[in-house]
Amino acid sequence: MQITQSKTSTSPWQLPPLQQLIPWIVPAGLIFIWQVLSQLGLLSTRILPAPTSIVQAAIQLTLSGELITNVGISLYRALVGFLIGGSIGFGLGLLNGVSPIAERFLDSTVQMIRNIPHLALIPLVILWFGIGDPARLFLVALGVFFPIYINTFHGIRSLDPNLLEMGEVYGLRPRELFWTIILPGALPNILVGLRYALGIMWVTLIVAETIAANSGIGYMAMNAREFMQTDVVVLSILMYALLGKLADSIVRVLEHWWLPWHPSQGI
Amino acid sequence: MTQTEHQRTSVHNVKYENGAHLKIQNLSKAFGNFQVLKDIDLEVSPGEFVTVVGKSGCGKSTLLRLLGGLDQPTQGQIYQNGQILQGLNRDARVMFQDSRLLPWRRVLDNVSLGLKHQAQQQGQWALDQVGLGDRPRQWISQLSGGQRQRVALARALVSQPRLLLLDEPLGALDALTRIGMQNLIETLWQEQRFTALLVTHDVEEAVCLGDRVIVIEEGNITLNLPITLPRPRDTASVPFAELKVQILDRILKRQRPLVSEPTYTASLFAT
Ligand SMILES: Nc1ncnc2c1ncn2[C@@H]1O[C@H](COP(=O)(O)OP(=O)(O)OP(=O)(O)O)[C@@H](O)[C@H]1O
Ligand SMILES: [Mg+2]
Repeated sequence: MQITQSKTSTSPWQLPPLQQLIPWIVPAGLIFIWQVLSQLGLLSTRILPAPTSIVQAAIQLTLSGELITNVGISLYRALVGFLIGGSIGFGLGLLNGVSPIAERFLDSTVQMIRNIPHLALIPLVILWFGIGDPARLFLVALGVFFPIYINTFHGIRSLDPNLLEMGEVYGLRPRELFWTIILPGALPNILVGLRYALGIMWVTLIVAETIAANSGIGYMAMNAREFMQTDVVVLSILMYALLGKLADSIVRVLEHWWLPWHPSQGI
Repeated sequence: MTQTEHQRTSVHNVKYENGAHLKIQNLSKAFGNFQVLKDIDLEVSPGEFVTVVGKSGCGKSTLLRLLGGLDQPTQGQIYQNGQILQGLNRDARVMFQDSRLLPWRRVLDNVSLGLKHQAQQQGQWALDQVGLGDRPRQWISQLSGGQRQRVALARALVSQPRLLLLDEPLGALDALTRIGMQNLIETLWQEQRFTALLVTHDVEEAVCLGDRVIVIEEGNITLNLPITLPRPRDTASVPFAELKVQILDRILKRQRPLVSEPTYTASLFAT
């Protein structure tokens, strides 16, 4: 699972306003056509509701508090699962990266478990935890763990050993070596792992909430499906998309803060 | 002199120390069965500038790494100021051929790496010394190759080492930048009087900078030649050229009549 750093050479907020609009022309046009087709009755609401009725559903569910509650619950599950899996992956990645002994003990085990697609564990996880929150948190944590672990570990291992030797010559103690060379040197890789993990986090949560849940965005969608409320179903899908986009933007901001020196920041 | 400049200089003067004295005895280094250095004896006085030349793979870097305490000898000892060197040499700083700067630290933070007291002030002083005092906030990727080597030099100098080990520090630089850097190293050495060992492929550079030029061949010191020409040295002068030829002949194992003919000297550069 070696992911290369994506090249984001120009930050979107540096473009002039007119050029910022260009990417939006096509989606806006499509939505317009969609709306027209729905109003003419050419597109059945059982297949796709009109964009305006999705907006109406959003307003209605927001006012009733249902939308906020369900989004909040999904967000909470995502975050808790991510924190558990991410911190274990990060800690283990650091440990195995820094200590060859730990690596010998643990790395091949982790690599073996990695070959099991975590979503394939769903039946087993339901048997273990039932269909409550622990099952979902477990799946999210497991999914998030691997990309964070692999990229942290690989980031440390691919450090230039010459830089470490230089640090020793210049009198850095092990602790300083870690903070000034090992961690900053591995950070670009760690952030790649973070971005990848956030993607997996949403996918896992969507699957887990759709299969069995009594709250959350996935539940909202499945519940609406039973009553043929396609507008709410589409709204739920859009909420997932929005949250995914938000997570991605957060990583971009972190890259901007933490890697100001990196060529991807276009210095 | 402004107030801050004055403080910087006085900070520097307080810590001033003489160069290290080195005595190398029966030093051997082998990697497995492969004998790299064989029974080397060498003494370097405090404040002396010794340049080391030799063919690629003859063991120059290995010697430097032993002096820096980065590798341990298989046999023999290194005495520094009368004491056997064990483990990392705390009095020495190494300037590597690849600058080995940290891309995630700004220029000034690279220079003040590992300093515990007045890191910023001292780092700025060292940057001023190498003529980069006006760009402390830049990233390493924004510097040219020559500027990076100057930052690496500043980093090596900032802790006022008693021994400076330079492993082909100018190897990757163009001829013009090289001359500038050579002058810079010579000036800083004359001001601070640390002991310096500089490894180079370039015989002219060796003669230009060294109080003594040492030739290593197959792990042995085969020439130990004091250079008494006055500094700064005129690379175009006849005695300079003669010393250069003498060293090159030694390295290339060429036989020639004792009095070298002018045409002969000229043809040397074609080889
Ligand atoms: N860690 C090591 N393990 C095994 N052999 C080594 C090691 N370091 C150096 N050598 C060998 O020792 C010999 C001398 O190496 P060294 O780096 O000292 O050469 P050098 O004189 O600095 O050459 P150059 O001018 O090309 O840098 C080489 O043949 C090299 O292969
Ligand atoms: Mg070398």
